[in-house]
Amino acid sequence: MLAKRIIPCMDVTAGRVVKGVSFVELRDAGDPVEIAKRYDEQGADELTFLDITASSDDRSIIFHIIEKVAEQVFIPLTVGGGVREVQDVRNLLNAGADKVSINTSAVVNPQLVADAAGRYGSQCIVVAIDAKQVAPNKWEVFTHGGRKATGLDAVEWAIKMQALGAGEILLTSMDQDGQKKGFDLALTRAVTDALEIPVIASGGVGNLQHLADGVTQGGADAVLAASIFHFGEYTVQQAKQHMAQQGIEVRL
Amino acid sequence: MVDIAIVDYGMGNLRSVYQAVRKVAPGANVVVSGEADVIASAKRVVFPGQGAAPDCMREIRERGLDKVIAAAVAAGKPFLGICMGLQVLFEHSEEGDTPCLGVISGQVTRFAHSLRDAQGNKLKVPHMGWNGVHHAEHPLWDGIEQDARFYYVHSYYVQPSDKDIVQGTSDYPQPFVCAVSRGNLFAVQFHPEKSAAAGLKLLENFVNWNPV
Repeated sequence: MLAKRIIPCMDVTAGRVVKGVSFVELRDAGDPVEIAKRYDEQGADELTFLDITASSDDRSIIFHIIEKVAEQVFIPLTVGGGVREVQDVRNLLNAGADKVSINTSAVVNPQLVADAAGRYGSQCIVVAIDAKQVAPNKWEVFTHGGRKATGLDAVEWAIKMQALGAGEILLTSMDQDGQKKGFDLALTRAVTDALEIPVIASGGVGNLQHLADGVTQGGADAVLAASIFHFGEYTVQQAKQHMAQQGIEVRL
Repeated sequence: MVDIAIVDYGMGNLRSVYQAVRKVAPGANVVVSGEADVIASAKRVVFPGQGAAPDCMREIRERGLDKVIAAAVAAGKPFLGICMGLQVLFEHSEEGDTPCLGVISGQVTRFAHSLRDAQGNKLKVPHMGWNGVHHAEHPLWDGIEQDARFYYVHSYYVQPSDKDIVQGTSDYPQPFVCAVSRGNLFAVQFHPEKSAAAGLKLLENFVNWNPV
């Protein structure tokens, strides 16, 4: 049967992998190509790169990184950050990305999701949703790296993105991100139960049990983590073994 | 002289396929092309594809590649279909009610809605991620373990009329056909170019394959 996926995520700026806490306070984690190769060797199921470069001048750096990774790593690569038009999707795919993640621009211009999925297929369009709890069992979508409230309900937004052609949802809890206390399981469950397409849980992983909980309690199809892998606390292989011990199907 | 042609009909990203083929055939002349004469001159043909069946078939027909593909298969040269390059070889796809190439008899069908696994968990569509492949005996499976996992992303699967051509199945939750072969033709639903060591092994077997 289909395995639950473990996806290391790399936030990239100025050619380096960095990690922040709740979207601020960046810490250097190393060279993206080297890190990507290491995760591939550890058995990562996919890799995600988020270009968090603020200035559009430095956008070209991510293309060189993806080109280099794609020459050496033969697992799916997702790239997001600063995707504003269909041409951006095309450029990333041409550089070697298999999927492109759209976040803020999906809110600003939902038609972008429909156009990109129509042109390149739903299989390569991931919509990233940054959500924050605003009431019991209610989460709001935020954009611009978590700085701007949208007034959109996260579950309803995910359903709309699916209808427009998203192939997958990357769901990040802003409350949990960087806190190392585990995913927002209620948020994950609410979104995954509402959708037909796969959901990747993100934000808050501090130990291996958090990854397992994302699948067994949150109902996620894939789990994404950054800092527990970047700073050598755990390997992807250890994460998979931990999940397998709890009866979760993984690719060992 | 073109050793391996990767058929380009504007659907999907062929760079991954190109990189992976280059990796397993470092000395070969590998080209990505939509030109009929280039594909016709190649010793081996890889036929990938992503996206929706109606768009794929429109692009294939508009570029005149339907005849080129049929000719490549008929010419007996090693031919590898991947993902949509498997599905459009069949007669008809449920996706957009699309007539396809008819190189292989059978239909392409969507996974049912509201699928559940044995524990009652919802199974998402597209079927996306790594699933085990139960495979038959064939030179393209050489060195690949039984139930090795390959990377998939698709919502439709093939149903060949002739069960003798089935070379592999995966479960979601019922078994579905993920690989077929007939003579010089081999085609798979998963993405060998994105399936790490197992996928590269299958591609390596393809570039070394000499069907009789």
